[in-house]
Amino acid sequence: MSGLLLVLLVVLIFVVLYQVSRSSEIVAQLQGEEAFDKKRNKILGYSMLVLFAAFMIGIVWCHQYMMPLMGPEAASDHGQQYDFMFEVTLWVTGTVFLLTQFLLFWFSFKYRRVGNKIPHFFAHSTKLELIWTSIPAIAMAVLVAIGLKAWFTMTDKAPKGAMQIEIIGKQFNWISRYPGADMELGKKYYTNINEKDNILGLDWKDKATKDDIIIPNGELRLVKGKPVELIIGSRDVIHDVGLSHFRMKMDAVPGISSRLWFTPLFTTEEMKAKTGNPNFVYELSCDQMCGKGHYSMRAVIIVETQAEHDAWLAKQQSYYAQNHPEEFPAPAAEPAKTDSTKQITMNN
Amino acid sequence: MSNEATLHAHDEHAHDHGHDHGHHEHEHHEPHFFSKYIFSMDHKIISRQFLITGIFWAIVGGLMSVFFRLQLGFPEQTFKVLSAFLGDWAKNGKMDPEMYYGLTTIHGTVLVFFVLTGGLSGTFSNFLIPLQIGARDMASPFLNMLSFWFFAIASVVMFGSLFITTGPASGGWTTYPPLSALKEASMGSGLGMDLWLSSMALFVVSSLLGGINYIVTILNMRTKGMTMTRLPLTIWAFLFTAVLGVLSFPVLLSAAVLLLFDRHAGTSFYLSEIFVAGKALPNVGGSPILYQHLFWFLGHPEVYIIMLPAMGMASEILSTHSRKPIFGYLAMVLSIIGITVLAFLVWAHHMFVTGMSPFLGGVFVLLTLLIAIPSAVKVFNWLTTIWKGNIRFTVPMMFALGFVSLFISGGLTGLFLGNSALDIHLHDTYFVIAHFHIVMGISAFFGMFAGIYHWYPKMYGRFMNNTLGYIHFFVTFIGSYVIFWPMHYEGVAGMPRRYYDFSAWESFKQFGELNQMISVAAIIVFFAQLLFVFNYFVSIWKGKKVTDPNPWQANSLEWTTPIKPGHGNWDGPIPEVHRWAYDYKDNGEGGDFIPQHIPLKEGEESH
Repeated sequence: MSGLLLVLLVVLIFVVLYQVSRSSEIVAQLQGEEAFDKKRNKILGYSMLVLFAAFMIGIVWCHQYMMPLMGPEAASDHGQQYDFMFEVTLWVTGTVFLLTQFLLFWFSFKYRRVGNKIPHFFAHSTKLELIWTSIPAIAMAVLVAIGLKAWFTMTDKAPKGAMQIEIIGKQFNWISRYPGADMELGKKYYTNINEKDNILGLDWKDKATKDDIIIPNGELRLVKGKPVELIIGSRDVIHDVGLSHFRMKMDAVPGISSRLWFTPLFTTEEMKAKTGNPNFVYELSCDQMCGKGHYSMRAVIIVETQAEHDAWLAKQQSYYAQNHPEEFPAPAAEPAKTDSTKQITMNN
Repeated sequence: MSNEATLHAHDEHAHDHGHDHGHHEHEHHEPHFFSKYIFSMDHKIISRQFLITGIFWAIVGGLMSVFFRLQLGFPEQTFKVLSAFLGDWAKNGKMDPEMYYGLTTIHGTVLVFFVLTGGLSGTFSNFLIPLQIGARDMASPFLNMLSFWFFAIASVVMFGSLFITTGPASGGWTTYPPLSALKEASMGSGLGMDLWLSSMALFVVSSLLGGINYIVTILNMRTKGMTMTRLPLTIWAFLFTAVLGVLSFPVLLSAAVLLLFDRHAGTSFYLSEIFVAGKALPNVGGSPILYQHLFWFLGHPEVYIIMLPAMGMASEILSTHSRKPIFGYLAMVLSIIGITVLAFLVWAHHMFVTGMSPFLGGVFVLLTLLIAIPSAVKVFNWLTTIWKGNIRFTVPMMFALGFVSLFISGGLTGLFLGNSALDIHLHDTYFVIAHFHIVMGISAFFGMFAGIYHWYPKMYGRFMNNTLGYIHFFVTFIGSYVIFWPMHYEGVAGMPRRYYDFSAWESFKQFGELNQMISVAAIIVFFAQLLFVFNYFVSIWKGKKVTDPNPWQANSLEWTTPIKPGHGNWDGPIPEVHRWAYDYKDNGEGGDFIPQHIPLKEGEESH
């Protein structure tokens, strides 16, 4: 009922607006179309100036509101390169933006119709056109050069000695795997997967799998200043490893293994101090639409010192040992504990 | 086929009533309501059919965005209106995530394809091509009619998919497999996805029938004297829009067909090594990336299929209402051609983070940023066109100016996204949402609104109401910036798109208040569009009557037809063209324009 009333109200407002504007046409006829048009054209001409002023004030106001909400500086080497490049691009585009928007609104105001004058017939100028074809061409060349340099650095092979961690997406969480003592991620194949005791489908015939550590909630433990290479994959549909604080991203595609690498620059603790936010946490978000739980596909990244990392690693038991306790008579297997405190529960 | 033959073959009445328009039309057409308004072969009626279908879809798509903006702005609250429209998909006023994704998917699909392709190029290519080149109708009025009816069937199928138990397709408008291929992966990948694919296939057929017709008509049916270099820029834009569509839509069709095979015939074009719903699928060897290549091979040209008509109409309108010739006609034509060629060479910039070869990525960066050059040339030429003009701020002119502003704002952010090293971070964030909504959503809409207000007098013999037009302009222009400008910041902060709720994310939850504000602005803008729709339909019957056949004092040929042209457009012979479409200059009698059909004066040089 209230819905119906609302619809009626909207229709009523439209009808009133229409009638009011019809009456403005009658006023126009009374005043004479010519005079009315002239007056209206003048008002609209000035409104272009007002619109431009409001536009600029709005931009400043928006910037002031947004900046305190923005995240901290990039937390990786590649990210710092990104931040620099973003700034250069912003200066280039910002200049063009201000110049062209100003001219658009200024010309609109300045050359509003005032009388029946016949404008200057100006249809072509090779010189002008050459100038404004070549200026953007040069600007583009600069942006492409900076961009490609950064791109080839970021997508280059990971440096030797980089830590390797596998991160696998599935609906709707991440699973991470560490290579264990042999520093090698053992083979896996999707037909070996079962939810009970082999969530990544490791091939137990490959010895290298035996010491691999699996963290089922996808927590990533990285070391400050040490390059890390993520080996990315998916069990079901396409996901995407989104690392907004590190300014990195890579799709997780079933059947294909993709990679990205970077060097974290600040530990989680350092970031807490930097941002003044005691709850600060590096988050890994899924950035490729993957189904109804897409928005809840979160994992936590902890950047720590080498010593902290080693201590954590020493406490972990391999996934094989967890699921085959009979072969490991000693202390009873304990599931890997992680520090990720918050798991998003889906509403549905 | 000659102009006269085309018409005679399909509509023998057109010439009978030519001489005594009013009376005869009544006599001849009364028994043929269906052939006049429903199964019409008159390009002007077909264009209005496209437009009204487009308006229907714009309302549906817009309403969907209002619904999901309610969820995004107010994730904690419940809304009765949601249960009223969505039923069990929004129990107790709380939208189900499955339906949230369904709405975003269908919103994207219908706005891109049904509104800004069917409703924009379908409307204006149909309406303006014969009128502006001086033809009685399209080369094949029958194919033209089929083109609309395929569009109508596609619309019915798509609309129907909203009402099925498992819901509409919900994998995003790009419908990437494996998500869209596996019904186990998502409810929307069930019957909804089959209907989506069928609807798109029908839409491709519609688009091809239309496109071929537009190309043939422009190349073969121009009136005497209408050389290619005398064509208005609208026609150049429609020509290359059609070329883009004809060359790229079939690739989308192939992508859709292969996806149907993967869904139902057990093939593995896009599937490999998948474990879903507790079991390992037998498919190996396919690649989901193949689909993305096929999709974006259409998907990127599609952006220009949307933009070019808007650019063409804005050029025409800026020139007419500034009373100045378009600046750099040849450069404008060359930039349309440049954009068309480059449009086919940049598709993989949508795929920088799929793990593609970095070298290939580099090539696509270079080609992508090249597009900025013809785009920049167009902007500078528009600015020079209004420079030293004598601007009349009519409603279409306001929208054309707004178009330029939005095109600049949205185009420039493309330089961030096209540069792969920046795209790594910005990809699939709200930055992308802001970019493409401003540049190919709102700005294309502004081109379309400018076109509707400008050619409405030709369509219906009446004007739309001015005051409502100005309200529509100011609310939409300001509202669009209020909605999309702050989204750039959210994107820079890494906030991912296609999220149902951000409140559990430490990195993104600080934008809650902002999201509320955006949602409120979106609702206001939506009502402003309803005001436009109201104005459009009421003005058909109540609008101020057009008394001058050339109300804007424009040069192009459509204004030489009677105020309400019948099928066949001109009562007498088609006028001969003697000059280009932009002779806004002293006509020697105090006027500031010389229409195309006026012969050159003695000693006057043709442009």
